[in-house]
Amino acid sequence: MHNVITLFKRELKGYFATPVAYVFIVVFLILAGGLTFKVGSWFDAGQANLQGFFTWHPWLYLFLIPAISMRLWAEERRQGTIELLFTLPVTMGHAVIAKFLAAWCFTGIALGLTFPMWISVNYLGDPDNGVILASYVGSFLMAGGYLAIGSFVSAWTKNQVIAFVLSVWLCFGFILIGTETILDFFAGWTPRAVLEALASFSFLTHFTSITKGVIDFRDLVFFGSLIACFLFMNAIAIELKKAD
Amino acid sequence: MAPMIEIQSLTKRFGSFTAVDGVSFTVDRGEVLGFLGPNGAGKSTTMKMLTGFLHPTSGTAKVCGHDILEAPLAAKKMLGYLPEGAPLYPDMTPRGFLEFVAEVRGFGGGEARRRVDEVIAKVNLASVAQQRIETLSKGFKRRVGLAQAILHDPEVLVLDEPTDGLDPNQKHEVRNLIRAMAREKVIVLSTHILEEVEAVCSRTIIIARGKVVIDCTPAELAARSRYHNAVTVSVGAERVAPVRHGLSMLDGVQSVEDLPERDGTARFVLIPKARRSIAVEVGQKVREARWEVDELRVEHGKLDEVFRELTVTGKH
Repeated sequence: MHNVITLFKRELKGYFATPVAYVFIVVFLILAGGLTFKVGSWFDAGQANLQGFFTWHPWLYLFLIPAISMRLWAEERRQGTIELLFTLPVTMGHAVIAKFLAAWCFTGIALGLTFPMWISVNYLGDPDNGVILASYVGSFLMAGGYLAIGSFVSAWTKNQVIAFVLSVWLCFGFILIGTETILDFFAGWTPRAVLEALASFSFLTHFTSITKGVIDFRDLVFFGSLIACFLFMNAIAIELKKAD
Repeated sequence: MAPMIEIQSLTKRFGSFTAVDGVSFTVDRGEVLGFLGPNGAGKSTTMKMLTGFLHPTSGTAKVCGHDILEAPLAAKKMLGYLPEGAPLYPDMTPRGFLEFVAEVRGFGGGEARRRVDEVIAKVNLASVAQQRIETLSKGFKRRVGLAQAILHDPEVLVLDEPTDGLDPNQKHEVRNLIRAMAREKVIVLSTHILEEVEAVCSRTIIIARGKVVIDCTPAELAARSRYHNAVTVSVGAERVAPVRHGLSMLDGVQSVEDLPERDGTARFVLIPKARRSIAVEVGQKVREARWEVDELRVEHGKLDEVFRELTVTGKH
């Protein structure tokens, strides 16, 4: 546990040691705001909620989260520091969890900095703050899911660009699988149970259900087990690939 | 007393390629072991297994009695390791990085600060301690790598090519550091620079194609050279013919090899029969014949020649 905290601190500090963190946060905030106000016409909708803000999150994360996760292990392997890390008295589990948590905490900071949206909506109207809080929690959980996938992909390659592209595609799959188009494609010839199983793997399905204001136990289990599963595979990937 | 490092038939296969093939040896306190071999012979892979980075395909190793497979964390605590090329986190400062290592090594607050200060002084890093690592020269980076390896004052130091890529001054510094630490620690260092072995090691192991081909002292290694006890003669080019002829007829001399002429001085090497000492014999002959000889030098043997013979031909 002690080592998880030490590694976590180093990682998190690492984000702010370079301009990358600030660039990321600024881009995230501009896009989140721009999509809500311009594309989503938030003001014209005239509703006192943040629905038009959270709708964009799965798509924002699709490109922004892999940009964070791509370096997690790829860079460690490229620089050779992975050898340093694992010859210190540190276990694989500690390292994987610490790196993931630091990245998750960083996205949490970026997400937290969208608080002016929350202030605005409270200033302009009388929104259901319970729903907004649930949506923030849902968004944060979903970011964790994207990150776990990205971290896993990052362990397979030394090349950050490859890690980025593969992560985007894999995450895209996790969004797409819940959309009408894909479900319709399967609808004609697959049993209903399979269809529901497929849809239940989608980030969209779970995120949408949380943004309605109800944090269902099943949604928590979904994101929790998805993160755990990908981090476990992440550790295996490192073990397999660290020799080359 | 049990050996500090005990390697038992360590083997590593990558697919069908066997990088390390049943390597066994032990190292005791006070020894500086030079681990030699051509590139790709399995030096680094052996070190990576010894330090717990790679899992051996079979066999195991013990560091101060701790098995690297059964008690990896305990073994890692006894070890300081400088990986090949001294990888470091480029965004950190040497001080920040060393504080991180101290914390991972379990030192808190004041103790951590004391150790970091101590090690920064020891390897002369004070002038760059607050600069980002990526801006440092190779020599400084190597010192940061050494500093993290010795920060916890480990019993065993494993250094993978510690002087590779450094200029002669930097090499000299790193070797001095190693020599200074040799008294109280066990040091295993890999290199392909043979002069380094003579400069710092008390024992050498040569590994080729994943196998140990020889395990002896640097002096014993040199003694295997056909140049061992050979005598190099320098004499004015105009007087060389009778000297060369006369000396080549001596009993102990097997053959004569000419070296390139330099500033009007001809040089040749008298190779002895069966590496016998021929210095006395040669000296007497020179005195008796009253030849004007500029220099007579006894060779100890050429390590690179032994190295080549052992690793290329695979002969023992």
